[in-house]
Amino acid sequence: MRASDVRNTDPPFWVAWHQARASIRVRFWRQAITAAGVALGIAFFSSMQVLQAAEGKGADAAAVSRNQWLVATSLVMCLVGITNSMLMSVTERFREIGTMKCLGASDTFVVKVYFLESLQLGLLGSVVGSVFGAGLMAMATRAMGQPAPPSAVGAVMGFGTVLGLVLTVVAAIFPAIQAARMPAAAALRVEV
Amino acid sequence: MGEVVVRTTDLVKQYGEGEASVRALNGVSCEIFDGEYLSIVGPSGSGKSTFFNMIGGLDRPSEGSVFINSVDIAQLTPKELAFLRCHTIGYIFQTFNLITVRTALENVTLPMLFAGTSPDEADEKGMKLLDLVGLGHRYHHRPSELSGGQQQRVAIARALANSPAIILADEPTGNLDLKTGQEIIDLLRKLNQEQGVTVIAATHDHKMLGVSDRIFHISDGKLDRVETQTPATH
Repeated sequence: MRASDVRNTDPPFWVAWHQARASIRVRFWRQAITAAGVALGIAFFSSMQVLQAAEGKGADAAAVSRNQWLVATSLVMCLVGITNSMLMSVTERFREIGTMKCLGASDTFVVKVYFLESLQLGLLGSVVGSVFGAGLMAMATRAMGQPAPPSAVGAVMGFGTVLGLVLTVVAAIFPAIQAARMPAAAALRVEV
Repeated sequence: MGEVVVRTTDLVKQYGEGEASVRALNGVSCEIFDGEYLSIVGPSGSGKSTFFNMIGGLDRPSEGSVFINSVDIAQLTPKELAFLRCHTIGYIFQTFNLITVRTALENVTLPMLFAGTSPDEADEKGMKLLDLVGLGHRYHHRPSELSGGQQQRVAIARALANSPAIILADEPTGNLDLKTGQEIIDLLRKLNQEQGVTVIAATHDHKMLGVSDRIFHISDGKLDRVETQTPATH
């Protein structure tokens, strides 16, 4: 076998997609907690944005900057949380990753599976988070007699979803690299 | 005997650097032939696992070389190595290692998809292989719904997926009871005789050794003794 005999051995995209879906389904509750973490962070972000839009120019500048700090901090914590839970799932799945490599999975395939998994979790979490966060705060501001403009609420929902997706993908970079580095020989390890 | 499928020359594997270094393998040269049923034995710490990983393309030597189907694995990039593992070697593990989130059939077809086979073709061949190991009727079950022996049968079907030249089995009967272990040994022997697959197994199991054509005894990082025998038929 020469180097020229080596074709692209990556299977079609849907193989990785199915693998990611199956991984989420099998560890549903744990993955749900991860997604809930994303949802909470994004909900906080979205609600604060809507509140700010409702207050308009009448807002206290000091309070606004304090809120922005709070939101930024919560998003960073959210990011660290996702990274941590994904790293745990990499170390826990050493045998599965090793086995896939023994069966011929390339590093790229392993990375793809992890990214797709986090992308699915991130999408779920950020859609739920931004809709609930922005929606509830929109109702609250209306009840207080100072409603946020509907276009602003919509924009916040859209931005919140995108932000949540970006956040989860960034959080998945390190765990995915870690997974790709797992040696194929890990499949033979017997100890848990 | 057939052609040489695996050849090692002065294989050395060293872990660590300087004074703390350990030589797990210290100059092993051997040839493994096409169609033979070979067992590798040795106490723990003898370098057996290291040797096994080397000839399985799972680890690279520090010195010397390993040729699998006359390809020097030290020369391959990670991607080429993945290709070699996919096409040339089928792995069977002590802990079965089915992908827990996929069904029996999906487990068997996965290596074929990695090899670029079309899904329909893979499904068809996967069903044939599951029939061959006697599990055609349980194709849609997940590993958690199968017994240990059944899981190992699925693993054997998966190992055969890309018609490999070599099947590498690491203690294939280690986690099975005596009767089920015997069934797995019989199945491997049958595949070896009927399909001409080379079987290389690391094992402690006396029944496994009984059906082997040759036995490599590894101790202290060296190939201590090669035993050739006429396998018992039962």
